[in-house]
Amino acid sequence: MKQLLTFVKKEFWHVLRDRRILLILFGMPVVQILLFGFALSTEVKDTRIGVLDQDKSQNSMELISKIGANQYFDIYENLASVSEAEDAFKSGKIKMIVVIPAQFAQNLNSDCKAKIQLITDGADLNLANQIYSFMSNIILDFYGEQNFNQRSGVQPEIRMLYNPQLKGAPNFVPGVMAFILLIICVLMTAIAIVREKESGTMEVLLVSPMKPYIIILAKAIPYFILSVLILISILILSVTVLDLPIRGNLLLLFGISIIFIITNLLIGIVISILTNTQQTAMLISLVGTMLPTLMLSGFMFPVENMPVPLQVVGNIIPAKWYYEIVKNIMIKGTGLEVLWKHVLVLFGMMIILFVIAVKKFKIRLE
Amino acid sequence: MFRTLSILIKKEFLQIFRNRSILAIIFVMPVIQLVILPLAANYEIKNIKIAVVDHDKSTQSRELIRKITASGYFKMTHYGENYEKAYEEIEKDKADLILEVPNNFEKDLVRENSGKILLAINAINGTKAGLSASYLAQILQHYNRQIQVEIDPGAESSAETSGLEILPTFWFNENYNYRLSLVPGILAFLVTLISGYLAALNIVQEKETGTIEQINVSPIKKRDFILGKLIPFWILAMVAFTIGLFVTIFVYNIQMQGSFLLLYGFIAVYLVTVLGLGLLASVYSETQQQAMFIVFFFMMIFILMSGLFTPTESMTEWAKYIAYANPVTYGVDGIRLIMLKNSGVRDLLPHFSFLIGLGSVAITWAVLRYRKTN
Repeated sequence: MKQLLTFVKKEFWHVLRDRRILLILFGMPVVQILLFGFALSTEVKDTRIGVLDQDKSQNSMELISKIGANQYFDIYENLASVSEAEDAFKSGKIKMIVVIPAQFAQNLNSDCKAKIQLITDGADLNLANQIYSFMSNIILDFYGEQNFNQRSGVQPEIRMLYNPQLKGAPNFVPGVMAFILLIICVLMTAIAIVREKESGTMEVLLVSPMKPYIIILAKAIPYFILSVLILISILILSVTVLDLPIRGNLLLLFGISIIFIITNLLIGIVISILTNTQQTAMLISLVGTMLPTLMLSGFMFPVENMPVPLQVVGNIIPAKWYYEIVKNIMIKGTGLEVLWKHVLVLFGMMIILFVIAVKKFKIRLE
Repeated sequence: MFRTLSILIKKEFLQIFRNRSILAIIFVMPVIQLVILPLAANYEIKNIKIAVVDHDKSTQSRELIRKITASGYFKMTHYGENYEKAYEEIEKDKADLILEVPNNFEKDLVRENSGKILLAINAINGTKAGLSASYLAQILQHYNRQIQVEIDPGAESSAETSGLEILPTFWFNENYNYRLSLVPGILAFLVTLISGYLAALNIVQEKETGTIEQINVSPIKKRDFILGKLIPFWILAMVAFTIGLFVTIFVYNIQMQGSFLLLYGFIAVYLVTVLGLGLLASVYSETQQQAMFIVFFFMMIFILMSGLFTPTESMTEWAKYIAYANPVTYGVDGIRLIMLKNSGVRDLLPHFSFLIGLGSVAITWAVLRYRKTN
């Protein structure tokens, strides 16, 4: 025990000495949480559009001013012809063009069907789809109010649960949190151990009377403590600066976060046992954890849309489960009654990784 | 000068080719990721799970529910009379939204020609919530027109004929293909990641292993040293891009709309800029760990704020400036413009001038900052 303590102290000293890494370790989560929390939003707002009014009637002008008054859209260009439209799209300045054909008003007021064409830039289909949907609602709403009996038919009352202002932060912050903890734990431990191997100092440690598991433990503990501190600072920032709630049980969130942190440290240890150079360890950590986590954990893209094999792969990513847990506890305020399965999966992963680490480590020493 | 440089480049290539894992990363990783990742990146919102709380249980309420589920966007996962139960489904993520139909729904609809329903939507993911609401509003509009005709057959003429038709056209992507709008962007990411990391790690590795001392005591000029580092990685990154482009065109069947010459010219400039930034990071760090974290820090910001995942327009005002100062924004946009829209040099002038400007600043800075003696 005393041995471990001295060793941990030494390792800690080692970590603290590298000021730059410390700055990055604490600076990165802070900057990223703030940046992504404030800046990223999938909400459609001020999308620049063009209008091509071939009718120039009272009706079409009213419609255009109605569209321009909406917060979703910003009328950027009045086009004179369809050929101009192509140029506008090619320069990337606008995302949609509302085409009001000649005789629009006449058709609308007589018995003919009036048409409006919405041309969107399909090169960004996700955005195109969203703005098409919003724009057609605005237009239909406008004419619904004008032409039919007011307030007739079924009117929905819409209540946005958990995030009434539709901010980006409630979705992004739990994701960034999972991501940052993952990267810091995996990369730091993976490299710290491989570095000793690469520089040859590992041999020295191994022939010392210290038990191998103590060496690994001593390497992991400083990063564990750092990760917990980072977790605390992220939570404080989310609550104070980003106004995110912690609706659920804070202790539960902490307990599960600790399981997640240990799981990630173990991933780092396993990678470092399997590799021999820092570069390989880093690249495996990055390729194996960063992109799959970003893409498959449900934080950027809806999981239910993915092909089944990818969903299966997504399920073996610890961050996916942790992300859902954080979202549930912080934003929804649910507890173990809903999350027990998630916690069990995460716990199981931790045990499996622990067994792998112990087994592999022994093999290398023989 | 050219002799020294060519010898340096040769040496660098020898070193790179000796390390198998690096080679695998340059050539195999882009292919695997480009084949797999776009399958995951599908934003299309469908199968929205809907929990219905029907207090009315009337013909009209059933008809409304049938209309909603028949649209293809919504899938009913719960049907009951208790709002709390439905809310639990939302808590368990088994439902995305609750549709509550009140008691006298049908009566009100027949008598007063109006009815109210409540939609409670899980809005943690704002995009999904917004789109769900908007799809439902569209379905309701059709439904309203239909019941208006049912209730008052006299209204038929006005409801049917003076209708307004909205015709959607998705230019540059007539087949409504999500892959088309994502694969070129992901290709841009991959070459950025690969070249950024390789460049950043390289000089630092020499520092850490001490081999840089040998170069420092040799008569090699700083400029030659930096160029000798830059050119091999630039060539490798161009090869990696070409492999990725093959996958884009042949696996995803994305037809190239613009000119290959312009595309390669653009990528060539883009990669110089990214490599320059990588070099700058490596000049400033002492260990590989530091270099990697610095690059990682910026990569995260560059990638998430590039406009590929979330639209640039909806960012906060100050954040837009970060997006506009982000090389990846121009990289992703440029590839898309050329590949999908056949944009010309004139359309890409802002992209070129930004990238050339940033690249020259980064490389000059790296050369000036790099000291032969510590």
